[in-house]
Amino acid sequence: MASLRCFLRSGKNAVTAVLRREFHGTPPAAVQVTVRDALNQAMDEELERDERVFLLGEEVAQYDGAYKVSRGLWKKYGDKRIIDTPITEMGFAGIAVGAAMAGLRPICEFMTFNFSMQAIDQVINSAAKTYYMSAGLQSVPIVFRGPNGASAGVAAQHSQCFAAWYGHCPGLKVVSPWSAEDARGLLKSAIRDDNPVVFLENELMYGVPFEMSEEVQSKDFLIPIGKAKIERQGNHITLVSHSRMVSLCLDAAAVLAKEGIECEVINMRTIRPLDAEAIETSIMKTNHLVTVEGGWPQFGIGAEILAWIMEGPAFNYLDAPAVRVTGVDIPMPYAKILEDNSIPQIKDIIFSVKKTLNV
Amino acid sequence: MYIGLLQIYFIVPWLASCFRQSGARVVVSARTYADFTPQATFDIKKCDLHKLEEGPPLQAMLSREEGLQYYRTMQTMRRMELKADQLYKQKIIRGFCHLYDGQEACAVGIEAGINLSDHLITAYRAHAYTLTRGGTVREIMAELTGRRGGIAKGKGGSMHMYTKNFYGGNGIVGAQVPLGAGVALACKYLGKNELCVCLYGDGAANQGQIFETYNMASLWKLPCIFICENNKYGMGTSVERAAASTDYYKRGDFIPGLRVDGMDILCVREATKFAAEHCRSGKGPILMELQTYRYHGHSMSDPGVSYRTREEIQEVRSKSDPISMLKDRMLSNNMASVEELKEIDVEVRKEIEDAAQFATTDPEPPLDDLCNHIFYNNPPMEVRGTNPWTKLKSVS
Repeated sequence: MASLRCFLRSGKNAVTAVLRREFHGTPPAAVQVTVRDALNQAMDEELERDERVFLLGEEVAQYDGAYKVSRGLWKKYGDKRIIDTPITEMGFAGIAVGAAMAGLRPICEFMTFNFSMQAIDQVINSAAKTYYMSAGLQSVPIVFRGPNGASAGVAAQHSQCFAAWYGHCPGLKVVSPWSAEDARGLLKSAIRDDNPVVFLENELMYGVPFEMSEEVQSKDFLIPIGKAKIERQGNHITLVSHSRMVSLCLDAAAVLAKEGIECEVINMRTIRPLDAEAIETSIMKTNHLVTVEGGWPQFGIGAEILAWIMEGPAFNYLDAPAVRVTGVDIPMPYAKILEDNSIPQIKDIIFSVKKTLNV
Repeated sequence: MYIGLLQIYFIVPWLASCFRQSGARVVVSARTYADFTPQATFDIKKCDLHKLEEGPPLQAMLSREEGLQYYRTMQTMRRMELKADQLYKQKIIRGFCHLYDGQEACAVGIEAGINLSDHLITAYRAHAYTLTRGGTVREIMAELTGRRGGIAKGKGGSMHMYTKNFYGGNGIVGAQVPLGAGVALACKYLGKNELCVCLYGDGAANQGQIFETYNMASLWKLPCIFICENNKYGMGTSVERAAASTDYYKRGDFIPGLRVDGMDILCVREATKFAAEHCRSGKGPILMELQTYRYHGHSMSDPGVSYRTREEIQEVRSKSDPISMLKDRMLSNNMASVEELKEIDVEVRKEIEDAAQFATTDPEPPLDDLCNHIFYNNPPMEVRGTNPWTKLKSVS
């Protein structure tokens, strides 16, 4: 159902593509691509484009990736460029940062971002802060990527969202793609960026197909880091989200549309730097804001967005307090009924929208 | 052949006797460099070996030029650190200041065994390495005093100084070791026959990430020389109280190791050359433990006598000081004169004074540099100030 909606949603792109191609007389070459394949293709193309790019992490080579994101890359590029590491995050993250300092462009995969906590000193103190501490002498062109946030039935130690933790730190760029197009364009931008980028994927999105236009399939298709995208236009309320929660927002918007409530859904795409301008512009139109995230509420993404809005020009346009829809403030439980009730559901978004609109 | 015999049996000994005679202390006569021994060979201590059949040679050759250069560099380091001590006590240097005096033979000996095109990374006791890796005393001191002329424009401080092929200066104990192995990975990847020297102390030697690094460096045969500068104390904790095994040169287990007299610059140099050869021949990493000593406490806030005795410090100073050792060697082998070395001392003092003068008079960084250098190769961006109305500018 989600994939059908995705197809319908991007129907506008397909139509524009058709109209553009009319002149050349060739049919649009839009294809269905899963997020996983989009990531795989992006890495493949960047590995081909620049010899200094290489991938390291647990099981990325001979296993084809724990989640098969790096499938086929080892066969194609070999041991030098696709490196299986021992289970030593602090060590291999440090090695990746050192390699970046010495002129290479590593992609360091964490099997999940939960394991990045073992290495977080290398990400923050060795990677993020070095350009500043050296006053511009030493740059660190590295990408840390891997699945982030809740999955399905993996319980508390494997379900944490790190968007707020990494989003807190100057010197890092933090990116959270939703669709296949996001994954492709943002990963390419991240790899080409000369700075440390934390690239937060989502395991539950890996298998989801999206329509990808020919333009997006081109080898130099890049999405700029730091720019949000409006996935759905609306006049009544702004929904701001990132990663998998964008899907839920769009689903909620479809349900609300039947009741005459038109939601504007913003896909953040980037956590840091935050595209506050896009959110403010939207609020100036809709006068209402609900943020939606999978992570915990306290000191989180929604908290930051609300603070920005309070301090900025959009505050005066709010007709009601802005609110956050977040994961429940507990470690993630295992039992399905408990897990389902630990993260936002479509009904929670609908409820919060109606409360905010006072309907 | 007849001429050759003449040379060997008559001319050479005659020349040699001329050299020997000119040891007299005649104040008036100016001694030309031709009066000195151009080169001598010294016996050096045998290194303890771990998983190695052979070690570095037991003799080292030292030329007069080399000796003078090592002397000058070590003396510069010594005086620079002592000046930093002075400035710290005057509160002109603030925060952390970890001094290297006593350990000079390590930094100078290592650099003598590698090339500037090789790479090096160390922890926070880094002023001396910043010097050997191409930094000037001026920019090092100005960084300590936090001025715009500092090597990191005043934004890094004592622990965060960088030059080409020198990756700092790192504040988190042990974190520099995986970084160094990463630099070595880049060396191997790019195929330029360069290596990385990766230093850490006896305190850091127990860090888990170092063992993770040993494992990967060994698996992937990275051209990495791991060097443990064992100055016997991790802050205030002696090695016996911190490590179940104080044989740091063996802690690499499957990595071959050697234990080196870190107070003898020739010993350090020969061991480094040996280690570099090992790496460059593709054999993978190697580990060196340098046994050395720091005269100062751990940092300027540590007097350094609550966990060790003044007698111990004095004993090392009188018996094993690296600069004195080199000086004695050169003087007793007629490789330099007392006056010449004194002249170097005077020049060094002047250099340090000039640098200190610069470091205390150079202005602090401008406020509009506050938010710069967040990202490289990035368009200018806005950074939030301390309140919502303050938007500061940041450029790459």
